[in-house]
Amino acid sequence: MNVKGVFWIARDYTKCSGCRRCEIACSLFHEGKIWPEASRIRVFMLVPGAEIPHFCAQCHDYPCVESCPENALSISKETEAVLVDKEKCTGCGLCIKACPGRIPHLRPTENYILICDLCGGEPQCVKVCAEAQFDALRIVNKPETYSYKLYAKRPEETTRNLVISLYGEKGKELI
Amino acid sequence: MRGYAGKFLEIDLYTEKMKDITFDEPTLRQYIGGRGLAAKILWDRLGDRWETIDPLGPENILLILTGPLTGFFPGSKICVSGKSPQTNGIVGSTIGGEFSVEIKCAGYDGLIITGKAPKPVYILITDSRAEIKDASHLWGKDGKETLKILTKEGKEELEKRAPQHGEWKQPGILYIGPAGENRSRVAVVNAYWMHGAGYGGYGGVMGSKNLKAVVAKGTGPLPEVADLKKTLMLMNRISQENMKNTGVTRQWGTGSAGYDVGARTSSEPVRNWQEEWHDEKSFGVDKFEDRVWIKRYWTASDFGCATACLKLATPKTGPFKGAITDNPDYENQAYVGTNLGIFTPEENVYLMALMDELGFCGIQGGNVLGFAAELYQRGILTREDLGGIELKWGDAKAFAALIRKIAAREGIGNTLAEGTHRAALKIRDLKNIDVLRYAVVEKGMAIGAHGIRSRQDYPKNISYACSVQGGDHTSIAHPILTHENSELRIILHDSGVYCWFNTFDVSEELVWDIFEAVTGWKVGPEEWYEITARRILHIQRAALLIGGPDLKWDPRVHDDNPPRFYEPLPSGPYTGRTLDKAKFEKAKKEYYENVGWDENGIPKPEELKRLGLEGVAKKLKELRF
Repeated sequence: MNVKGVFWIARDYTKCSGCRRCEIACSLFHEGKIWPEASRIRVFMLVPGAEIPHFCAQCHDYPCVESCPENALSISKETEAVLVDKEKCTGCGLCIKACPGRIPHLRPTENYILICDLCGGEPQCVKVCAEAQFDALRIVNKPETYSYKLYAKRPEETTRNLVISLYGEKGKELI
Repeated sequence: MRGYAGKFLEIDLYTEKMKDITFDEPTLRQYIGGRGLAAKILWDRLGDRWETIDPLGPENILLILTGPLTGFFPGSKICVSGKSPQTNGIVGSTIGGEFSVEIKCAGYDGLIITGKAPKPVYILITDSRAEIKDASHLWGKDGKETLKILTKEGKEELEKRAPQHGEWKQPGILYIGPAGENRSRVAVVNAYWMHGAGYGGYGGVMGSKNLKAVVAKGTGPLPEVADLKKTLMLMNRISQENMKNTGVTRQWGTGSAGYDVGARTSSEPVRNWQEEWHDEKSFGVDKFEDRVWIKRYWTASDFGCATACLKLATPKTGPFKGAITDNPDYENQAYVGTNLGIFTPEENVYLMALMDELGFCGIQGGNVLGFAAELYQRGILTREDLGGIELKWGDAKAFAALIRKIAAREGIGNTLAEGTHRAALKIRDLKNIDVLRYAVVEKGMAIGAHGIRSRQDYPKNISYACSVQGGDHTSIAHPILTHENSELRIILHDSGVYCWFNTFDVSEELVWDIFEAVTGWKVGPEEWYEITARRILHIQRAALLIGGPDLKWDPRVHDDNPPRFYEPLPSGPYTGRTLDKAKFEKAKKEYYENVGWDENGIPKPEELKRLGLEGVAKKLKELRF
């Protein structure tokens, strides 16, 4: 799988099994270790069954990049992913505040921010999700739309919607 | 040591003192982790006075242990142990969920919990520190509410400790419901809703310690392994095998068996095992799939698992609409379904959800409910005895009313909360009727939902009778010690600690390969079956036979199947089949011999000496007949 150019990772929460193989693959690729909390994609599960792979949604207006006072964040010309310059990043957390989904998080050791960089065009999370035949994450074309930004949500917010989809009226009581 | 975080956290709930504990490499190589290490720790600390230790008293030790393969072998688990209030021995009870990986990432291989807290508490562990926190606001709360509050509080606490981190993921949580708080011997340690360490009765142990929950969030990586490249290759390989070989499991989980084990193998408990056959299409997997299951693939964050045998269920319409549970799996379809004469997914889900919320093990709880219903059927327990409940087969609401009484220890519930075996003893004395013949248990523990009379299922005549974990269907004695279903093999998985299901159809060689790639230890089958596993088995066996203080097992009497298994099957394609006592006795003696036990089933002194277990040999002298 070598995707040239620009693409988006579509996410289907109802297909996510919560196996966290994406966290394993992401942290191995970026850190050389199995390190769930240093993974750029993290699967939240605030209510059993409501599994939410939480990672950069690639908003059209990149509020995180806009917010960075150090110019540590940039947009990749090849993939349109957000790139972190860890030398410049001070870990101030302004990008976390700027992101509607509070998606960026700090590396547990060393003080710089972690944001999905699409693995430079070969996203490992999608690869392992496909290998396990869950297909909760898929590579799709990236037409121009504001809708991506709607996926930049806090896990609580996504969960509140998802529990209704899963459990109906009663789901509201679970979170 | 590779694969290990390197330290265990010991917490005294009474003094609130905590310390880090380490074990040297030879000890870990011998006892691995999880179930094996639990046996070692319990024997070292309590062995010389085992018979005096009340499992529900402050002297018992609660162990929550990972193993070196936890997080690496696809499908991680953690092992809960201690002196079991069911068997009075040592049971390694494994449970899935996120706690296992979180605690390892927090830098601990497990928890050693001693003493009793003066008031309800929970333990919160992050990599910065562990803390005993007040749980008075959680005491009395049901499972769903407990999980919801702890998820929220856990996140808030993490936010408080490190606000700069960004969004904190929820911690891993193990907890008990009201049944555990009330020290029921059939209470479960829960993860999520239905996920439980049920065998052993450790929910009651947590309750006896005033411990409502343990909560952990780690931010570190998994520990270093001996050979990362090889480990990763093998993780992938095992997942591929799992996906190839678990077509049924992947599509339906074990949830197709609620119909199939009754209709095909005729080995499913039906109305307290009075039958083991049913052909109720109303309970078919298609009904579960079409009507109540709402997610096809769910692993419940059992780290790295590609099998995804779990389900989530909720009835969409009808009187049980709004009941929610994760699964039921086969065991709970059987014990909270057919065993109670319930044959629709909706009623099964309704009752299961309630039992989750109250904190019961579906197997142990379903067994005691079925036992009570048979006594009602026979007029031994009356409506009056049951506090006004007409406990008719198939009446989900009646069973719901009774399980609520058991959780609260109200009326007859106080007796039934002790589990089927102990309840049978009490009712026998009260009614002067031998009701033990209706108790389908092995050494104080309900037998898993796989019967042996039809001879079509995987457990055989000695499976439960000779197991060191009583009725546990996930740890059975097998005449071939190296068989994939043999207790000696299972000890490896339970000590590893990872999911047994993900070893199905995976060659043993692959398991040893990943064991070596992670730990760097070349153990292999020869050392394992001859030495390492034997050592663990014998310690468990010794503890089981010493037992006490309330009950002791005489192997000459109690290494046997429940009386019901000697009754002929009354229905189905294997009508008339039963156990042959003589064949059973012969197989039992052979097993004793193979495994190094004497003719009475006591580990032989020379066998114990060979394995360096002189202390066990000395203690067992008291037992020799």
